[in-house]
Amino acid sequence: MDFLKDPLKVAADWLLGIFAGWGMAELWADILIAFLGIFVLIALLMLLDILLVWIERKVVSRFQSRIGPNRLGPFGLIQPFADIIKLLIKEDTTPEGADRALYNLAPILSMMAVLILWAVMPLAPTILNVDLNVGVLYIIAAGAIGTLSIIMAGWSSNNKYSLIGAFREAAVMLSFEIPMLTMMLIPTIFAGSMGVAAITQAQDVWYFFLAPLAAVIFLVAAIAELGRSPFDMGEAESELVSGYNIEYSGMKFGMFYAGELLHAFTFGGFWAILFFGGYRFFGLEQVSAFLAIAILFFKAFIGYWIIMWIKYTLLRIRIDHMLAFNWKFLTPVAFTLLMTTAFMNALLADAPSWLYVGGMFLSNVLLAWAALETARYYSRREREKVEGTQKVAPT
Amino acid sequence: MSAWVYVALFLIVGLIIPIGAIGAAWVLGPRKPNPIKRDTYECGIETVGDTWVQFKAQYYIFALVFLIFDVETVFLFPWAVKLGQLGMFAVIEGIIFILILVVGLAYTWRKGMLEWV
Amino acid sequence: MTVDQVIFLAVALLTLFAALRVVTTGNIVHAAFWLIAALFGVAVIFALLNASFLAVVQVVVYIGAIAMLFIFAVMLTRKEMRDRGPQLNPNWRFGALLAAVAFGGLLLIVNGWSGVTKTASAVPSDFDAVSALGNALVSPDAYVLPFEVASVLLVAALIGAVYVAFNQK
Repeated sequence: MDFLKDPLKVAADWLLGIFAGWGMAELWADILIAFLGIFVLIALLMLLDILLVWIERKVVSRFQSRIGPNRLGPFGLIQPFADIIKLLIKEDTTPEGADRALYNLAPILSMMAVLILWAVMPLAPTILNVDLNVGVLYIIAAGAIGTLSIIMAGWSSNNKYSLIGAFREAAVMLSFEIPMLTMMLIPTIFAGSMGVAAITQAQDVWYFFLAPLAAVIFLVAAIAELGRSPFDMGEAESELVSGYNIEYSGMKFGMFYAGELLHAFTFGGFWAILFFGGYRFFGLEQVSAFLAIAILFFKAFIGYWIIMWIKYTLLRIRIDHMLAFNWKFLTPVAFTLLMTTAFMNALLADAPSWLYVGGMFLSNVLLAWAALETARYYSRREREKVEGTQKVAPT
Repeated sequence: MSAWVYVALFLIVGLIIPIGAIGAAWVLGPRKPNPIKRDTYECGIETVGDTWVQFKAQYYIFALVFLIFDVETVFLFPWAVKLGQLGMFAVIEGIIFILILVVGLAYTWRKGMLEWV
Repeated sequence: MTVDQVIFLAVALLTLFAALRVVTTGNIVHAAFWLIAALFGVAVIFALLNASFLAVVQVVVYIGAIAMLFIFAVMLTRKEMRDRGPQLNPNWRFGALLAAVAFGGLLLIVNGWSGVTKTASAVPSDFDAVSALGNALVSPDAYVLPFEVASVLLVAALIGAVYVAFNQK
C-alpha cells in the first residue's frame, strides 16, 4: 500500500539502506539517490519522446487522409526505433565555415532546455520533483535557454537561411513571452504562490473556470514559444527550407526534432497544471501516485492533441502579421485581463464561492467578446482601406 | 539541502543525455567529408556573399520593447503573490503601474515602431 | 573548506574567466555568448545564496532579454562581426592605472568595513523572500513610491530608445 501511495520514498529508503550498508555518508547517498532518480525520470522521458514521434506521425497522417507508418510492428510502432538507428548511423556533416564550438553546443542546449523544465513538474502529491517557490518564472528561464540555442544554431551554421530563421524565431519567441508571462501572473494571483506545486494544490476549482480567456491566451503564446505552426517562423520550410536547423544532420538534427516534440508535450502538461488542476481529479490522485501520474499525463496529452490539431489545421502566418497580432492584440488584451482579474479578485474576495467563480467567468467572457469585437471593427476598416486602393489599380 | 541542488542535478543529467546521444552517433556514424558535402545548403544554389549580413533595425526595436515589458512583468510577480492578502489598495497600485506602461506601448504604437517595415 | 565553498569558488572562477573572455575574444558574437556565460554564473551564485527569485530573474531578464538585445544589436553592425583589429587602444596604460587605483580604493574601503568579517544571522527556515518582497513593494511605509517610479522610468527608457531608433531610420 505504501508503495502505491509514495513509490519514490519507498525506493529512496531502500536505496539509502543499501548505500548506508556500503558506509556512504548520508549527504552523498541522498545526492546519489536524487541523481539516479532524475536519470531514470529523464530516461523515461526520452522513451516517451520516441513514442511522441510515432504519435505525431500517426496523427498528422490521419489529418492528411493518409495511414502513416504501418509497416514495422503493429500499427508501425517499431518505426520510431528504426528512425533512431538511422539517425545514429548517419554521417554527421559540418558545413564549411561553421563555428564549430557553438554549432555542436546548440542541439545539446536545445534538448537540455526542455529536459530541465521537468524539474518543476509536479507529477503526483508525493512526487513534486523540485518544489521551487519561483517555479513559474523558472519555466520562463528555461525558455530563455531554448531561445539562446536557436540563435546559436542559426548563427553558427554559416547559412543565410539558418540565420534568418533563427532571427525570426527569436523575435517571435521574445514577443510572445510577454502575454505568456502575464497569463502566468493570473494563476499566481489565485494561488498566492509562484510555486507550480502550490498552484496545483490550490486548485479546488480549475482555474480554467476562473480565467478561460487566460487559458486560451496562454495556449496561443505557448504555441508561438514552441515555434509550432501556425507560428513556425523559424522553420518555414516553404521559404527558408528548414530554418535554423537546416545544416544539422543525424543525431544533432534528432535532438532539435525530439526537443520540439517533447517541448510541446511538456507545455501541454504545464497548461494542464496551471489551468486544469494538474494531477488532481476529484480526489483520485490520493489513491496512488501512479494514478496521479496517469491523470496528469492524460491531461497533458489532451493539451498536446490540441496543439497538434491547431498545427495541422491552420496555415503559417506571415511574420509581420504575427508580431502585429502579438503587440497590438494579444499583449493589450493580456494586460487588460490582468488588471480586471486583480480588481475582481479583490472585489469578490468575501463573496460566496458561486458568485466568485461566476463573476470571474463572466468578466472573462465579456472581455473576450469586447476584444474580438474591437479587433473585428479594426480589421474591417483595414480591409476596406486595402480594397479601396485596389479599385484604382490598373487592370 | 537546498532545492537548487536538485535543479543542478537536472541540469547535469539534461546535459549528459544529449551529449551521450550525439556521442553515440559520433562513434557509430561514418565520417567521410568532402568539399561538396560540406557546402552550405541554400536551395541547391551556390552561396553568394557573406552570411553574416546586416539585419533590419526592426528586430532590435522589438527586442527593446520586449525588454521593457519583461522587466515590468517580473516586477509584478511579487505583487501578484501577495495580492490575495493585501486588499484593494495594493490592487490599485498595481493597476497604476500597468497603466503607465500601457501608455508607453500606446506611444510606441502611435509612432509606428510596431510596424514591420 | 565546505562543499558550498568549493562550489562557490569554482563558479566564481568560471564567471571571472567568462568575463575576461568577453573583452579578449576577437569575435563580437563570441563575446556576446561569453557574456551570457558570465551572467549565468552570477545566477548560480544567487542560487547558492538561496536567493531563488533573484537567480531566476537574473536568467529571465539578463540572459532572456538583455543578452538577446545585445545579439540583435551586434547583427545590426555590419562588417564588425569578425573584428580582427587591435584589442588595445593607445590609452590602455592610463586605463589600466585608473582601474588599478579604483580597485585598490575599493579594497581599502571594504577592508575597513566591519560587515565583511561579521557572519550574517541565519535566515529562518520558513522565510519566504518572494512574499516579503511583495509586501515591501506595495506597503505605503516601504517602497510603494519607488515601485511606481520604476514604472515611469521604464516608460522613459522605452520612449527614449524608440525616439533614438526612430531618428536613425
